[in-house]
This record gives sequence, structure tokens and C-alpha cells, in this order.
Amino acid sequence: MKFFIERFNFLFKSTKGLVLVAIAMISLVTAIWGTLSGPLAEWGIKDFTVRLLGMKLNPIQREGRIIMLYHAIAMAVIAIEVYFITSIVQMRKHRQSIINATVTIGYLCAMIFGLGFAYFGYKWVFHGLFLFGLSLIFFSGILLAEALWPWRKEYHISSSEYAHTKKGVDLERVAFFTMTVSALGSAMFGAVAGAYWGKGHQTFLAEDLIRIPYKTPFELAVIGHLHIMLTLIAVAITFVVGRWLDFKGIFHKIAMPLMISGIIVITIGVWIIVPYRPIAHTIIYVGSGFIMLAALMLVIYGWKKLIHDRLVEQGINKTGFWQSFKALIHDPIKFGPLWQMVFMNFTVSGVGIFMAVKLDEIFRIWSFREERIVLTGHWHVLAGIIATIILMYYADIIGLKGKIRKWFGWILIIGSDIAFASATVFSLKRLFVKRYFEEPIVKWSMLFLEIGLASVLIILAMLLLWRLFDLFKKEGAWKKEHVSPELDVSKTAVLSGVFEEGKQ
Amino acid sequence: MRKRISFILMIFIGFILYQACKQNNFPFHTEIPYIDTGVNYNEWVLIPAGEFYSGQQNRLIKIDYDYEIMLTDVTNEQYVRYLNEAFKKGMVKVENNKIIGYYPGDRFDGHKHERQIKAGYWIHVPLDEPGVRIKFDGKKFTVDKGFENHPVTMVTWFGAKAYCEFYGWDLPSEIEWEKAARGTDTRAYPWGNEINEHLANYKKSNKLIRKLFGFERGITTPVGFFNGRRYKGFQTEDARSPYGLYDMAGNVWQWTRDDYPNMSDRFMRGGSWANYDYNLRVWSRNSAGPDYYAINVGFRCVRKISEKNNKN
Repeated sequence: MKFFIERFNFLFKSTKGLVLVAIAMISLVTAIWGTLSGPLAEWGIKDFTVRLLGMKLNPIQREGRIIMLYHAIAMAVIAIEVYFITSIVQMRKHRQSIINATVTIGYLCAMIFGLGFAYFGYKWVFHGLFLFGLSLIFFSGILLAEALWPWRKEYHISSSEYAHTKKGVDLERVAFFTMTVSALGSAMFGAVAGAYWGKGHQTFLAEDLIRIPYKTPFELAVIGHLHIMLTLIAVAITFVVGRWLDFKGIFHKIAMPLMISGIIVITIGVWIIVPYRPIAHTIIYVGSGFIMLAALMLVIYGWKKLIHDRLVEQGINKTGFWQSFKALIHDPIKFGPLWQMVFMNFTVSGVGIFMAVKLDEIFRIWSFREERIVLTGHWHVLAGIIATIILMYYADIIGLKGKIRKWFGWILIIGSDIAFASATVFSLKRLFVKRYFEEPIVKWSMLFLEIGLASVLIILAMLLLWRLFDLFKKEGAWKKEHVSPELDVSKTAVLSGVFEEGKQ
Repeated sequence: MRKRISFILMIFIGFILYQACKQNNFPFHTEIPYIDTGVNYNEWVLIPAGEFYSGQQNRLIKIDYDYEIMLTDVTNEQYVRYLNEAFKKGMVKVENNKIIGYYPGDRFDGHKHERQIKAGYWIHVPLDEPGVRIKFDGKKFTVDKGFENHPVTMVTWFGAKAYCEFYGWDLPSEIEWEKAARGTDTRAYPWGNEINEHLANYKKSNKLIRKLFGFERGITTPVGFFNGRRYKGFQTEDARSPYGLYDMAGNVWQWTRDDYPNMSDRFMRGGSWANYDYNLRVWSRNSAGPDYYAINVGFRCVRKISEKNNKN
């Protein structure tokens, strides 16, 4: 019994354990549900999975199933980000425990019962439990916003290193708070439309409506919802990476106001999409510009720091470009997240901007189905990039060292980037090749995509198998993590006295 | 060790790039074996007036007139026959290797992203594009050997509409098309709710069909191919719609006639050999400008019963 209690306490009561469980759940879902589409479906693996698990896939409910699947995975990702935030932002211990427990039950309910409902026979009690899970996650968001409230005096900072107001309000905390409040409101945006399901609102995938000139207010609300939620997930992980690298100094002071304004402007842009659609996009572009500029500050700061830290470690004072470059890429686990943010500009932001500029000239000349491929590729790549950044941080959290750290990091970076670049080439293939001649480029880009994804999934599987076997060891890595359950970062706020309990 | 790995990696990447870029050497294929499906593609099918379930949400809709729709997609042979007649009558002409014809223009609402389709000569079929199965020697149009009973492709909405109107028919509206494909129940595909590679020409059946035609790439199948017959070891299942229509899912996307306000795109239905199964569901849509053509887009026509009687 003690065996189980100890492991349970590690997995469900420590930040590191909770993150491990969520990553394992997402990996399991990705491994199984990934076989249901694309080339794997073509090769007949989908049929095997469906038969083996007894899935019931009524074609009429496909869009509904996909929406449930997206929510199931997204809720676990949100849970991971909540675990990160409650560990790296100063807050009282009991608040952290309540938030983590609520979000954990929430995402597990949403994931298990959501997928159970969508893929295994539409039992409505499962749908109810799915909604219960989503509600818990929403409630945990309210608790998180309350815990993050930046105007409490005990969270004021005086350090000149971090961005703060004259009164000492920690601007990074304000940024976390703004992001959380925006996420709560934006979740409502989707939930209200969902509440009218069957009463004027029907299930749809946003990419299927792009060429329809008029959309209902509910459809616009859902389209806004899904875009801003993914944006905020990306923003949240950017903040987390910032804290991981101890983002500070002048770049921090510029970036935080930009981030806060960016989130507010984007949120306004998305929320007014229903009544004022024509200007909503312009507002969103302005907000995105602020956020991208802030992310650039983080990248510059982070790269400088990585180079500096490595050179100090080597005892080198003066150096040229090549040595700096070597220092920069020395640790792929720390270089990777920042690199992925840069790479994102080629495969996500760049493609998006190009598409917006050339929409009528190029993309609307293509058939709708081809334009749709670019859209779905675009946001799948963004979601994938966020996932790799989370995995890199997790690799650091569990203390991967030496060659294993390098192999894991480089395979993750190279594998995922090959996959994302191939997906981008695949989706934009009509720019370079006529339909009749597309087969070689389709074949090879898909092959590269599969190789890239497979390499990432294999190392992830190896990592998770190691963690699984480790749980059976008496003095495994889990034990050390259980003793030191929180993430090792420099927090912006330093507390003392009555708030000492909040310190990790 | 590092140098060796880099060298091997560069060789591998070079090989892949070479493979991807040598696309222009891909054969054009002007001849394939002719396969007789035993289906008469000159036949029409009666769709009686009445209600049916439309769209994914099964909205009950009534079509209050009888109409007939072609049993199969229009074939290359049929289209070439029409081209030769229309060319003689001066209703189509060939300019810059393109078959063109007059179109009176669309109503333009000036909506965002809406293209203005003005009155004038518009492309029907390009003759110089890879994948076109129709040839023109200056006097007469012909079909590449073996493709006679395949659906005509690389035809624009203008070209499809011109064909139907030449004979006094029209393209089906989306609703007419959907009812013909689905019948009066709520099935997802014309034959039922399940799909496999023996029921339609789509992404999953590409491999088997390539083998059958000795083709290196995805290809159309002759109209009426999925009728339960066995072709050189490839067993098909009877994939007719409730009204007995062939190829209402897969093979080629089919143009429909509706010109909706505030947009210039026209809609296509049915999915094609290049698509995954979900595109073949009876409510799935594709769209493009009326001057769009592709190797997986074709059409079929409808006629109202009164039109047929008048003609007779």
C-alpha cells in the first residue's frame, strides 16, 4: 500500500509528477488518435485501431469528435501550464494545491469522458462529465487569477532587475494575471456559443467556413475563441520560458508592458469580432505585433544569456562569432525553446502574414480544399511547436544531463523542425508545383513529416518508458523529484515572514 | 564521427531534394488500357419530387418538382462530342491553346474577397496543361486512348455549364445534387454509412487503382466502375446511390450551378480520387472560382422533366 501511496503522492501532489502525468496522458492520446487520420488511415492502421478499441465512428459526427479531441488535448496542455505557473510565480502553498487539484480533476474528466463520449458510443452521461471537467478547469482559472492578483502588497517587488511600476507592482505578475483573465473571458466566448448547440448553433470546424461570406454570431464567437485560446497558450508558455531563463533587465522591462498591452489589445480584437468584424482583424494584428516584439526581446535576452553563461563556464572572456555560436547551441534543451520561437516565424507567422497579404491573389484562386490544408497545417504546426517547448522544459526539470540531454534536445529540435518544415512545404506545394506534378513533392514531404514526427515520438516514448520503469524503483528519479517537487527558478517576488510558506 | 554523420546527412538530404525536384520528368501518360464497366453513361435517372434530409444536420428540405440527373459524370467521349459540335457552330473557340466560350457575367455585390465575373470569353478547358485528356488538331477534338469513358476533368465551371446548356440542360443545384446522392434517409455516403477502397475511388483506393491501370500516380476510374464487378483481380462493390447513380462519391468533384450572393466561388460536391474519406460524405463541399480547373474536377447535368418533354 505504501508503494502506491508514495507514487500517488509524487504523481498527483508534486508539480513535477503532475506535469509527468499530463504529458503521459497527451502522449497516449496522440499515439492512439494519431492513427485515425492522414497516411496512417490510408495504410489501414486506422481500421486496426478502431477494431481493437471498439471505437464507433459515425461519419455524421466527425466534426464533433474532432472538437472533443482538440479540447481533450488542449485541457491537458492548459493543466501543464497551470502547474508551471503555480510553481514559478510566487503564491501561497495552499492556493497552489487547490488550483492544481482542481485543474487536474478537470482535465482528466474532460479528457477521459470527452473521448469516451465522442469515440465510444455517445453516452450522454460522459458528455455531462466532460462538461463538468471543463467547468472545473474554468473554476481553477478563477482561482489562479485570484492567486495571481498582482496588486497585493506582499507580491510587490523592489528589485531593479525586473519590470515593475513605481509602486512596486510586478509587471510580470500583471502579465500572467492578464493572460489568465483573458483566457477565462475567451473560454466563455466559446462556452456561450456551445450552450446554444442545437438551438441555432451547430457543430462546425472553423476551417470549413472560411469562404462563406456570412457567418452567424455563434460561428464568429467560436472562431474567435479557438484562435485566442491557442494564442494565449503560446503566450503562457513564453512567460514560463522567460521565468525558466530568469528573464530580466532592460529587455524584461520593455517586454512586459508590451506583453500586457498585446494581450489586452488582442483580447479586445477577438471579443469584438461578433459586433465589429471588419475592424477586429486590424486590432488583432496590432496586438500580435506587440506580443511578437516582446517574444523577440525574450529571444535576444535568452540567446545572450546562453552565450554568456557558457563562456563563463568555459572561463573565456573574449570571443568571436564562431565561439559565441558554439556557446549558444551548446545546450539544445535551453537553446531549443528560443529557437522554436524563431522557427515559428517561418512556419506559422510568416505563412500567416504571406497568406493574408496574398489571399485574393493566390490562395483564393486555389480550391477551397487546398486553402484549407494551409490553414490546418498552420495551426497544427503552432500547437506542435508549443508541445516541443513544453517537452524541452520538462527535460530540464527532470534533470537530463550529458549526452542524453544533448541527444534528446537535438532530436526534438531537428525532428520537429523537419516535420514542421515538411508540413509547411506540403501545405504550400501549389506555389511551386502544378497539380499534375505534385506527387513527388507530396510523397517526399509526407515522408519527411513522418520521419520527423516519428523521431520525436520515439524519443518521447523512450523518456516516458524510462519514467514508467523508474516508478518501480525504490530510490528512482521520482523519489528525488518528490523531495524537491517544485520548479527551480528565480522568482520575481521574494517573500518573507508570513508568506514564507509560499516559497519553494 | 561528426563529419561522417554530416556527410551522410547531406547525401540523404541531397537525394531527397533530387527526388522531389525531378518532378518535371514525370510522364504525361496519353494512353492507358480501356476498361469497360458495362454502365451506359448516356442514361438519365429520375429523381421524384419530395422531401429529403439535407446537410450534416439533416435539415428536412422539399424539392417540389421531378428532375432527371445523369447516371454518371460526363465522360471525355461525351465532352469531345459536344466540343466538336459546338466548335462547328462557333459556340466555343480555341485561343492560345485554351478552349473558350462566352459567359454573360455574374451579378457583382462588391463583397470582400468577391471577384467580379464580367461578361466575356472565359476559359472552358486548357489544352496545354498536363492532365488534359482532350487533344485538338486545329479541326477536331479527340480523347487520349483509354480515357474515353473516364470523367472529363480539367473543365471549368464555365465549360461544364456550357456543355449542359448546349443540350438544353443545366448543372445541378447543390440541393438537387445532394438529394440524388443521398435519397431520402440520413446516410453519409451514397451507398450507406461505411466506406472502404472497394466502394469508391479516393485516397485509400489509389494504390489498387494505380496498379490496375499501370499508372504511377492517382487517376480517375471509368464512370460506373464501382458496380460490383471484378476488374483484373480488383473486386469492386456496388456503390450506387439510392436512386441508382454511380460515382456520387469519389472519382471527381462535381460542379454545381448555384451562384450565391456576395461570392464568386462555385461549389463542388462528392470528393475525388485525391481526397480522404470525409470529403466524400454527401454534404461535403469544395469551392473555387468558375475559371478553376483541376485533374480531379468534373461534372454531370440535370434536366427538368418538362424540359425533356419539350425537347422530345
